[in-house]
Amino acid sequence: MKRLVIFLTILAGLVLAGCPQQAPPNRGVYLLLDTSGTYTKELDKAQRIISFILARLNPGDSFAVARIDTGSFSEKDIIARTSFEDRPSVANQQKRRFRDKVGKFIDNVEPAKHTDISGGVLQATEWLNEVDPGQKVVLVFSDMKEDLPENYVRDVPFELSGVEVVALNVTKLRSDIVDPRKYLGRLEQWQKRVEQAGGQWRVINDLDHMTGLFSG
Amino acid sequence: MPLPNVFMIVPSAFLSVLIWLVLLSALLYAARVPIHRVILSASRGLHRALRLSAFSVQRAEDRIAERNRQVLLAQGREAAERQIEREFDRVDETVHRELAGYPDLHRRMSEEITAIEEEHKNSQDVPPTPPGWTEAVDAVARIPAKADPMVGNILEDIRKSLVKAHEKAITEYRRATGERHKLLERMRPHWRNLQQQVADVDRNINSLLERSQAIDRRMQEYEETVRGTERAVRMLSSSTLSQFFISLVVMLIAIGGATINFHLIARPMAEMVGGTSDIAGFRTADIAALVIIFVEVSMGLFLMESLRITRLFPVIGALSDRQRNRMVWVTFAILFALASVEAGLAYMREVLMQDQLATSALLRGDGSSEAVSSSFRWITTTAQMGLGFILPFALVFVAIPLETFVQSLRTVLGILAVGALRVLAFFLRLLSSGSRYIGNLLVDLYDLLIFAPLWIEARLSERGRSTQGAAEGAGSGTARATRSGTAGESQDSTEGEPA
Repeated sequence: MKRLVIFLTILAGLVLAGCPQQAPPNRGVYLLLDTSGTYTKELDKAQRIISFILARLNPGDSFAVARIDTGSFSEKDIIARTSFEDRPSVANQQKRRFRDKVGKFIDNVEPAKHTDISGGVLQATEWLNEVDPGQKVVLVFSDMKEDLPENYVRDVPFELSGVEVVALNVTKLRSDIVDPRKYLGRLEQWQKRVEQAGGQWRVINDLDHMTGLFSG
Repeated sequence: MPLPNVFMIVPSAFLSVLIWLVLLSALLYAARVPIHRVILSASRGLHRALRLSAFSVQRAEDRIAERNRQVLLAQGREAAERQIEREFDRVDETVHRELAGYPDLHRRMSEEITAIEEEHKNSQDVPPTPPGWTEAVDAVARIPAKADPMVGNILEDIRKSLVKAHEKAITEYRRATGERHKLLERMRPHWRNLQQQVADVDRNINSLLERSQAIDRRMQEYEETVRGTERAVRMLSSSTLSQFFISLVVMLIAIGGATINFHLIARPMAEMVGGTSDIAGFRTADIAALVIIFVEVSMGLFLMESLRITRLFPVIGALSDRQRNRMVWVTFAILFALASVEAGLAYMREVLMQDQLATSALLRGDGSSEAVSSSFRWITTTAQMGLGFILPFALVFVAIPLETFVQSLRTVLGILAVGALRVLAFFLRLLSSGSRYIGNLLVDLYDLLIFAPLWIEARLSERGRSTQGAAEGAGSGTARATRSGTAGESQDSTEGEPA
């Protein structure tokens, strides 16, 4: 009997170690969409990215999509946001509703006059801190060129510890083509800013290879 | 002052080295005897300690081997008792079933025999014989009737009457014969019944004979096991090893089945207990699925135990038959309920999969694939539900290899332990011998380092002996013997002692 108990305990331990999966940390993803000027035409790509992200998010994860507008440090720029329910079937329904909501926005979007990336990042950080997921990701779908209206102050220091900032589809502007140093300098400047704030920085320009979008 | 200069006795490095070597040789030569003693004492001590350890390990190995033997014999005795008990049960069953009905069988056979006798008796009644005066009629018929027509007519009438009577008698004869045949025909089923009953008795008797032969064989094995003969131990050992490997293979197959079962229900479990919570770092849905499988396996163990197929839990085995029967039904009901739950979960899994596929297709902007696959979906769903329902019942039978595995594991572990101890004892003996030779080798190496003073000593002692021999000349044999004895002793004390 004693031997049987020991054997069953070992067996249970082996099966426990072999079959069940480690619970993955829940993820919080905040996608910033640049809707200024030429980027309005790129929004179909953004929709593909949103669908890709939705397909990969699990119950318990959180996702928000916001536009980068004149003053993006504002709740009104959030297009859709949700935390997926525990139950997979409900999470699927939420994903469909989310996609519909974003689709409606993209169909009726008006080009923004200015580009407030810093405000958007600040807003994203706040939201992610509120949701408090295990993994925090801020995706920026933009050319990363900031164009602020007058009197807007954005040289505030970020607090991005534990946050990964990923720049997606960073289009080269005409001036970049003339002088590539501007493009490289812009990316470098953002990288420095993010890393100084304690965050991690990545650039993904090839949208066909987004499989490594979420680490872990 | 640099370190090398410390060792410079004279300005010349070569001379310094030479002086150092001479000094060291002298020092080592002076310390030769105690150092030899130390080396040899240490090697002897190590040798004895290792030998003692090897002896202890050997004794432990013997004890474990003896214990293994006892366990093996006990297991073999128990198994033989179970088999003999089972054979006796079968014999008892046959005897009770067949011999309890023997009076009835005897009565039936007597009835059949009586019926046959009666029918036979009836069939012996002599049928009416045809008239015996046919020849007389023929004689009358042969009388020439041409002379007197009257006589001819009379004779013709007589002939006709006789023919008529003859035909009647023949008909009666045929009827009586047919009757006898019918009686004989009615005897046939009685014969067959009788034959069948005799064949049944024969079969039962043969079965009993076979059982008795099997019991004889088992008893022979049992006696050998009780006596603890080497043959019995050998047979039991090889049988246990083969049982261990067979049960291990079956257990691995069962674990494979349990894994499939797990994957079948883990996903839909997220719909019941949530997909995000975790227990000790593992997903709660996975843990819940595992718990269901373990409960099924446990119920299977209890069911097999209640049916007395396995004997893992003495408490269940000791229950009364009524309680055991109740337990059989309770465990079966729980298993059935769990199997139904699993079938439902398997169906839910398919629904969830389809939902997820539809969502993915929608997100990809592709809705065409759904229509193609929907016509075959019922096959997958049915197969999954069937698997979900059958696997819990299949897992019930894990109890049988599990029992064999648990019982044979003790023997296998014992054999492994004996093997490990044997290897350890061998290495300890090897080290023990090695330490002794290493001591001698170190002594020789030490002497090699101080070969120069030793060589001088040998030369001096040789010269001393030759000088002494020349001075004393032909001294008394007793004095020489005494000296040589002393020299021998002193030599023993320096060289012989450490050895």
